[in-house]
Amino acid sequence: MKQAIQSGSPFRVTGEMAGVLLLALFIVVVLPLGLDTFRLNMVGKYLTYAFVALGLVLCWGSAGILSLGQGIFFGLGGYCMAMFLKLEASSPEATKIQSTPGIPDFMDWNQLTALPWFWEPFHSLTFSVVAVVAVPALLAFVVGLAMFKRRVGGVYFAIITQAFAAILTILIVGQQGYTGGINGITDLRTLKGWDIRTDEAKLVLYFVNAALLIGCILLCLYVRHSKLGRILVALRDKEDRVRFSGYDVANFKIFVFCFAAALSAVGGAMFTLQVGFMSPSFVGIVPSIEMVIYCAVGGRLSLLGAVYGTLLVNWAKTLLSESFPELWLFAMGALFIGVVMVFPNGLAGLYQQYLAPHVKRALSRGRTIAPAPASATTSAIVPPHTAAD
Amino acid sequence: MSNPTDYLLAVEGLTVSFDGFKAVNDLSFYVDANEIHVIIGPNGAGKTTVLDLICGRTRASGGSIKFRNKELTAMKEHEIVKAGVGRKFQNPSIYDDLTVFENLEISFPRGRSVFGALAFKRDAEVRDRVAEIAEMIFLTDHLDQRAEYLSHGQKQWLEIGMLLIQDPELLMLDEPVAGMSVNERKKTAELLNKIIQNRSVLVIEHDMKFVEDIAHRVTVLHQGKILSEGSMERVKNDPKVVEVYLGH
Amino acid sequence: MFEGYSLAELGSIFAMQGFAGLILFSVFVLMALGLAIIFGQMGVINMAHGEFMILGAYVTYLCSTLVSQHAPALFPVYFFVAMILAFIASGLLGMLVEWGMIRFLYKRPLDTLLATWGLSLILQQIFRSVFGAREVGVVLPDWLMGSVAVTDTIEVPINGLFVMALTMAITVVIYVVMFRSRWGQGVRAVMQNRTMAGAVGINTEKVDRYTFGLGCGIAGVAGSAFTMVGSTGPTSGQLYIVDTFLVVVFGGAQSLLGTIASAFAISQAQSTMEFFLSGSTAKVLTLLTVIVILMLRPQGLFVLKVRR
Repeated sequence: MKQAIQSGSPFRVTGEMAGVLLLALFIVVVLPLGLDTFRLNMVGKYLTYAFVALGLVLCWGSAGILSLGQGIFFGLGGYCMAMFLKLEASSPEATKIQSTPGIPDFMDWNQLTALPWFWEPFHSLTFSVVAVVAVPALLAFVVGLAMFKRRVGGVYFAIITQAFAAILTILIVGQQGYTGGINGITDLRTLKGWDIRTDEAKLVLYFVNAALLIGCILLCLYVRHSKLGRILVALRDKEDRVRFSGYDVANFKIFVFCFAAALSAVGGAMFTLQVGFMSPSFVGIVPSIEMVIYCAVGGRLSLLGAVYGTLLVNWAKTLLSESFPELWLFAMGALFIGVVMVFPNGLAGLYQQYLAPHVKRALSRGRTIAPAPASATTSAIVPPHTAAD
Repeated sequence: MSNPTDYLLAVEGLTVSFDGFKAVNDLSFYVDANEIHVIIGPNGAGKTTVLDLICGRTRASGGSIKFRNKELTAMKEHEIVKAGVGRKFQNPSIYDDLTVFENLEISFPRGRSVFGALAFKRDAEVRDRVAEIAEMIFLTDHLDQRAEYLSHGQKQWLEIGMLLIQDPELLMLDEPVAGMSVNERKKTAELLNKIIQNRSVLVIEHDMKFVEDIAHRVTVLHQGKILSEGSMERVKNDPKVVEVYLGH
Repeated sequence: MFEGYSLAELGSIFAMQGFAGLILFSVFVLMALGLAIIFGQMGVINMAHGEFMILGAYVTYLCSTLVSQHAPALFPVYFFVAMILAFIASGLLGMLVEWGMIRFLYKRPLDTLLATWGLSLILQQIFRSVFGAREVGVVLPDWLMGSVAVTDTIEVPINGLFVMALTMAITVVIYVVMFRSRWGQGVRAVMQNRTMAGAVGINTEKVDRYTFGLGCGIAGVAGSAFTMVGSTGPTSGQLYIVDTFLVVVFGGAQSLLGTIASAFAISQAQSTMEFFLSGSTAKVLTLLTVIVILMLRPQGLFVLKVRR
């Protein structure tokens, strides 16, 4: 028994897998059956934010590094995808009414006469797909290297990432000839000739997105259960102890920051594909900090919780802003305060505290030996109930 | 000053100042192989600062620290650890959110790079070593417990265990028995006597009884300078030491 | 970027932009002082600081409207009353917030950041519900209008001069309160060693509350000054919060002098560059420079080397 637990907590892993399976069932079967294409596409959009929330669980929940600039990476991923799609939509035939055919329409409006150099490689789909992950990860690497090697952390890191989000927004809006400005890159049509605007395409993209999300969750679970995952928790707690156990702490922080950035970027690219545009309104300070609340509501320590939290907050946002737009900011504000002061472990924490014991009892009634079930939302902090048994 | 020495650790002319205040002032001392060297001194003498300087937590303003003739002052903290210097903090510094097993496992000296940690496997070697250490630090029955729930004394032991698993050549302990009950203190002395075999230990301690029990050599620090050095017997009878201690 | 301007013109440009920068500097300093007290002394990140400022701005706007309608004779001096009221309103709200929220979060700076962000959203929506989404401006009394011509090409607006004088006065008052009064001594005692300060008879909870209130009150006064150089909308405060934080961090959080020096450097850099480059490029360059310097020197410009 003891041996079993020490060799990687298979019970907890089983529980987590059950949780992942349940989530997969929910988004791959239940939602598509229950929703029309319009609503499903909307859920698909929400789920792209869940990638960001996953990254935050590792970065903020596990390692204690709060980034208020995840929108940067979401946006960059989205822009890389959008640039490819825009170029495909701007073939010389499609844009022959412009004064310079063959370049994106907004460039033409801004009196550009040639495609800027950094747009050129985005003619290639392979390059673009690589760039979706590589560009944000590289930026995160540079920022992380500069900050963590200098031991900038905590609130300073949070504020500086926020400043970066502000900078990138200002840049995108200011350089509209190169970026499409405040409107972003719009009017995207086809992916290698496949029209992404049809209902059918939206359905396909939804499932691609869902599959990617599940894949990313599994990847995150792997990272979390590796020794690296435990080191992240350890350095959140006692950074000096980790350092004096022979680890170069900065490297681990850089890794998790880059990893979170790459996840966000995948979400951004899927957003562009499903929604059909990308704009600076997903990059700046406000969207970036909103993404933190998705993760916080779900439970900053729980990967699955983050997905549910994202869905719930966005669903509430849509509902409220459709019917009572002025209430939304109040609700959002209250959410920030409430989740910090009353439910620091979010939905996952509530589940652990109130539901998990019942679920466990119910399940153990069926069998003689109960493998501690449904602790998919367990984490290092939330709770002694499951892991300690 | 850069002559090679036979000492395991040679501290020479070490100085550090905080905003003009010299916390450690032109300090020199040596630690032999397999020696148990205790630093004592009144509060504010600069004892903890000396350990901070050796393990790289604080950067020296001047002087040199040589460990097996390798200069430590220019090295990064984790490199110093890899060179074979382990350090225990004054307050038990363990990972509350991890189990005792995981605490020890993290300190196991393998897979210390980012990708090494990702690929790290919990194999038999790791489990055996952890079990061995756990037994030594009286925590075999607590391996699956979250470290947060250990008693203060157990936390101290755990941190000592985390150092042991690294098998350092030089072990630095900052008040290892502070805040312990009499019983725990006895067990700790027993533990320390076991673990100091085959390695050098640099200890800061206030408990004179304890110091007498273990010390090979004692250095008395006062206001950043060495006041007296030698065997416990000699130090105890040094009038300067008596004055500083009783004067306070 | 300098071609096409004669030397004399360049001189005037630098002087005028320098002056425009001084007004920006004043607003920065006022905002940053409050933040420097709250963050530097208490270690609390208050993301709603901008909203406390805007509250002061709205109070000033209300005063201006009420006075011009009901007591036009007092109009020339209403501004001083408005400033005091702004201080009281923001200060009281600050104390309320400290009591209801901040005091539970002292050990959790990142959580405080998120909670105060939530507060800022709520305040914004309250402003929007009460004052409307459109920006409002105050009417300045005649004596604050117009400008003084220093030379043929250099003109200096009077309201700018007034804001600067005000900033200097407030800075001096804060300095005296924080570093020369017994109360300030108490504040610093609490921040350095809470337990000990409590043991020697300082009411630490009260000190926390008043310190936070003072920081917010100063933000309110900043809002008053802000109305003279910009118009007030529900989200105007949010635009400044990151800049202000950078000012405080850049200066070295513990140091009032550092805050002032860094506010000066940042505002001058931004306003001088603004003339030659576009506003957005100037801002990007300024922010990037600050961040790069912060990476090289994370502790800020002015800081004491202390034992960890």
